[in-house]
Amino acid sequence: MNATLQLFLIISSALFSIGLLATLSRRHAIFILIGIELMLAAANLNFIVFWRFGSQQQQPTGVMVAIFSIAIAAAEAAVGLALVIAIYRHYRTTNVDKFDSLKG
Amino acid sequence: MSSWIVTSIWLIPAAPLAFSLLILSLTNSRRAAAAGLAITGQIAALAMSILAFLPTLQTPGFREVHNFTWFTFGDQALRLGWVLDPLAAAMLIMITLVGLCIFVFSAGYMAEDKNFTRFFAYLSFFSGAMLGVVIANSLLLLFVSWELVGLASYLLIGFWIERPSAAAAAKKAFITTRIGDLGFFLGMLWLYHASGTLLFYDNGNGALEPNGLLKIGSSVTLVALLIFCGAVGKSGQFPLHVWLPDAMEGPTPVSALIHAATMVAAGVFLVARVYPLFSLGAVNGVTPSLTVVVSIGVVTALMASLIALAQFDIKRILAYSTVSQLGLMMVSLGVGGVAAGIMHLIAHGFFKALLFLGAGSVIHGLHHEQDIRKMGALRWIMPVTFLTYTVGMMNLSGVPFFFSGGWTKEEILHRTAEWPLSRLPHYLMLAGVVLTALYMTRQVIYVFFGSKRDASAPHESPGVMTMPLIILAACSIILAIFLTPAWPCLHAYLNGEPAHLDLSALVQPMLFLSLVLVAAGIGLGWLMYRNAGEIDPLARAQPGLFRFLENKMWIDEFYEHTFIACSRVVAHLSDFLDRYFWDGLVSLFSGIAQAFAVLSKGFDDHAINARVDDTTTGARRFGRLIAAGHSGQIQAYLGAIALGMLLLLVLYAWLA
Repeated sequence: MNATLQLFLIISSALFSIGLLATLSRRHAIFILIGIELMLAAANLNFIVFWRFGSQQQQPTGVMVAIFSIAIAAAEAAVGLALVIAIYRHYRTTNVDKFDSLKG
Repeated sequence: MSSWIVTSIWLIPAAPLAFSLLILSLTNSRRAAAAGLAITGQIAALAMSILAFLPTLQTPGFREVHNFTWFTFGDQALRLGWVLDPLAAAMLIMITLVGLCIFVFSAGYMAEDKNFTRFFAYLSFFSGAMLGVVIANSLLLLFVSWELVGLASYLLIGFWIERPSAAAAAKKAFITTRIGDLGFFLGMLWLYHASGTLLFYDNGNGALEPNGLLKIGSSVTLVALLIFCGAVGKSGQFPLHVWLPDAMEGPTPVSALIHAATMVAAGVFLVARVYPLFSLGAVNGVTPSLTVVVSIGVVTALMASLIALAQFDIKRILAYSTVSQLGLMMVSLGVGGVAAGIMHLIAHGFFKALLFLGAGSVIHGLHHEQDIRKMGALRWIMPVTFLTYTVGMMNLSGVPFFFSGGWTKEEILHRTAEWPLSRLPHYLMLAGVVLTALYMTRQVIYVFFGSKRDASAPHESPGVMTMPLIILAACSIILAIFLTPAWPCLHAYLNGEPAHLDLSALVQPMLFLSLVLVAAGIGLGWLMYRNAGEIDPLARAQPGLFRFLENKMWIDEFYEHTFIACSRVVAHLSDFLDRYFWDGLVSLFSGIAQAFAVLSKGFDDHAINARVDDTTTGARRFGRLIAAGHSGQIQAYLGAIALGMLLLLVLYAWLA
């Protein structure tokens, strides 16, 4: 199978959908974080794919954006895990169904 | 040409890694399968290592590389590769052979553990990562494997996760080595900046070859020292040695693996691998970076052997002896004896694995008792363990003639004597030899001689545990044949020269000197500890000194009260800022907003609301309807967003 732009876009949208589904359906806070990471990975893949199939391959713009976004994702994961720990200490659970203090 | 072996050498680390994944997919009850798979992976790696070893024997100074492009980045290509040379081949054999013995031993030692399969998966992973370090021909690939080794050690030290002390030790090991790795990483970036390549050997253009070294130029000292930071962390050199004794919290086979074959060997190996960076521009064999290596090594070796004198945990004594032996290897590398340092590393790999597994056998036989004061008189009860342990102790103490450790230590002493800058390291290392013999004698007397001090019924370990001990003991004796100065086989092999048989080299003053020193150490130990009881004789004679050493020179406490206290102060400060300053600002603004709200509510209630209430029932009912949709659960909101996005997409597709 040839590596075409469409193929990569299909892969990245599949990745995004899987991540979104995990975020929406999982009840465990850590799995929700993992889902978010998957969606980020899909976005990174798009950056790289569009750069790779684009016209300006001499400038590594797509990779640069992806590297920045990976770095930010690492920071975000640290904050996210810290939040999960803080929430766990407060509610003694990581089941997100129990967190509804936003309710109006 | 046998270049096929170089292009497929990646299979050596890949085999244990693949088997590790396979074991992870097993259920917890498939114990025999897990142990069998791990041992099969290790045997496969050993067989391939021997295949890789053969061509390096045929040509002296054999070196072949296989480089490939990982990815292209603009006009720069990032290239990785593997290298096969005597250094890598000798390390491959040592790691796989010692690893195999440890794997077999673990099958007996961990037999009753409930997480048996997970343990073997981690062990395989550890060994695979270390093999990756050895064959890497690129600093980046080496760094990746290096970090995998760090991860594996974290998982294994904290294997008994239900013990808080094990979890803390794992965290300590990971964070302490990470401090060194930061330096390593900076050094790597600097090297790339200066030389434009991370490959070690690349047909004359690699970072360690003349052209590459020329490009690095004057910043080489800084690069070398930054890379050395990584080695200091991984090899437990002063001041980052604190994690190594704590790593004893892991199961004993893990300690053997960390201390003999894998983790700590990585640091010494790294310095040997990038040695051209250290020795560039050497005057008389001395460069600033090598002098730093020597000083760190001397301090580490002496400090650790002093601390080992005053420990009572059988594994902790061995841990400090590892630290001191690693210091010795660093000294050897620093004074220019690369081959001697690596030879000691290989010999140490065998006998330290032997000692740790012997200690494991003692601990197993005594039902998990680790305090040497509660052991004693085990020589008749555990004869195999006793005999093999004595072989290990003789090796570590540096008894020459039959024991490989004796010859390599001897050669290192020789090299330090020739160092042009100062004779001080030489004399201090001679003192270290006496100390090593002393604390090992102390340990052996406490554990195997004297009177029985333990109430429980000790027993000899089963064959699956004694067999590896016998094999390792035999290896450490057989290895001695290749290490004698009369036929410096391994030395010549590592340096890429042909070996000559010269029996006259056997007789030299240094040999007698070290024989006298070792005899002095063992004799002194026998005199001091012959009748030792619950109270250590040294503690009776010098209580203050003993307490200083027993508490590991208070280095942990020093760190606790300086660096860790500092970071705690910063944490408290930012907590305070967060809680009172920023929170206060937010409260201030919200207070202002609240005041406005109260004002407008009053206006609303009294001026406008008086008669309008009655006309709003419809709006109120509608509001309650909408509020029902707000469950307060974040996933529901996210779902609504996703649905909205999908609708927009459909709309877009329909319109376009």
